[in-house]
Amino acid sequence: MNPVPAFSAKTRRIITCIGAAVLVVSVTLYLALPVVALFFRTTPELFFSSLTTPDVISALVLSLFTSAVSLGIVILVGTPFAYVHCRNEYPGKVIVDTLIDLPLVLPPAVAGVALLVLWGRVGILGQYLSLFGISIAFTTLAVIMAQIFVASPFYLRQAKSLFEQLDPAYELTARTLGASPLRIFALITLPLTANGLVSGAVMTFGRALGEVGATIMFAGNLPGVTQTMPLAVYVGMEGNFVVGITISILLVIISFAIMIAVRLLARHEVSHA
Amino acid sequence: MLEATMNKKLRDFSLDLSLRAGPGEIVVLMGENGAGKSTTLNMISGLVSPDAGSIRLDSAVLFDSGTGTDVPAENRRIGYVFQKSAVFPHISVRDNIAFGLRAQHTSPAFIREHVGHWLKMMSIEDIADVKAGNLSGGQKQRVALARALATKPALLMLDEPFTALDAENIRLVKELARTLVTEMAIPCLVVTHRISDCRDVGDRVCVISQGKKVWEGKPEHVPA
Repeated sequence: MNPVPAFSAKTRRIITCIGAAVLVVSVTLYLALPVVALFFRTTPELFFSSLTTPDVISALVLSLFTSAVSLGIVILVGTPFAYVHCRNEYPGKVIVDTLIDLPLVLPPAVAGVALLVLWGRVGILGQYLSLFGISIAFTTLAVIMAQIFVASPFYLRQAKSLFEQLDPAYELTARTLGASPLRIFALITLPLTANGLVSGAVMTFGRALGEVGATIMFAGNLPGVTQTMPLAVYVGMEGNFVVGITISILLVIISFAIMIAVRLLARHEVSHA
Repeated sequence: MLEATMNKKLRDFSLDLSLRAGPGEIVVLMGENGAGKSTTLNMISGLVSPDAGSIRLDSAVLFDSGTGTDVPAENRRIGYVFQKSAVFPHISVRDNIAFGLRAQHTSPAFIREHVGHWLKMMSIEDIADVKAGNLSGGQKQRVALARALATKPALLMLDEPFTALDAENIRLVKELARTLVTEMAIPCLVVTHRISDCRDVGDRVCVISQGKKVWEGKPEHVPA
């Protein structure tokens, strides 16, 4: 029986290279083309003129403000929380771990509904706040709460992993040298994890900036109050297409800046060896 | 003078040890990996609490299960050099050495003078302002030793201090440890798994296996 003729080694290498190139190019194009297409749907003149319209400015200012406040709260509360969580064993730790990750897999709209059910005017807790004239839903505060709920896992997961991976010998040595826990955290733990924490913070800011589902459910879509950039894109696409495209391009630019910042920070990670 | 009797249930065995080390004496704890040597140092330093026993250093009671005494690690006055030295990589050599003194709120003038003394003692003046993360293994070990001794501890403990060092640096660190412990007249515990280390630096050797002392004697008589 004649053996089946095999490809030569050189032919096999060429076929492998072509296959790999097709794979890389098709994935890259699939991801890049829609983003690039945005830039072809406007002109610099149109882009810059619509950039100064009140709707765009108000959405931009609101988005940057709420995302910055959300990030500040996540860092201030999340950093000590992640540290305490990593350094201690307590009952239900596994459940807390799961809850931290939950918003990552929960559909944002569901997160928004959940927030509304809890904090809405007739919500489980919201009804008591209403007695004091406090209303959270459909306010700027609701935007911030929705952003924190959806975006905080990006920071918490990163902080947890950094604290867990840090060689315990650094903190233990500092203890034997007489340093207090606060001093150890401020002078050893934080500086050694700072780059990673900042890249987690940048990702959190990006996620908060792009948040739509939870915001629209819990905070609504009120221009100047709760209409963030992604919501303004949604409204723009239904009416003023140019405004929608302009804000989309703005968001693409900010997202790119965020990714570049994260990559630069990852490259400058302090060696813990 | 260190006098310690410690008992602790570990995962695979129960650690049950008594140790004594006099001023200027280097006691080497030798044994295979997982014998309980590092756990012993951690218990003496206060990083891990024994289940029972007592630890006394000079006139101070650091731990006593009978009275419930358990002095926190930060107040035990023990210089502890961990495996791989654990110098703080993000700060300078000078700041590493000053770390303990600053933590104890010593005056800046004293810290400057004292750190200068230790830089000179360890022959690392030329790298005083280099970030410790950029140092070689031998330099890191000398910085770690200076940092541990700068706070004038009542006991020095070195956990596998000679691993990952070249022959020249092993000789240097051994000489430094010997000289400084004698000069400062403090007891010193050294953990190692190499017989050559016992013979070079030890005054007395305790061989540990499964958390128990199975041999104690002069370095020259250590069973191979």
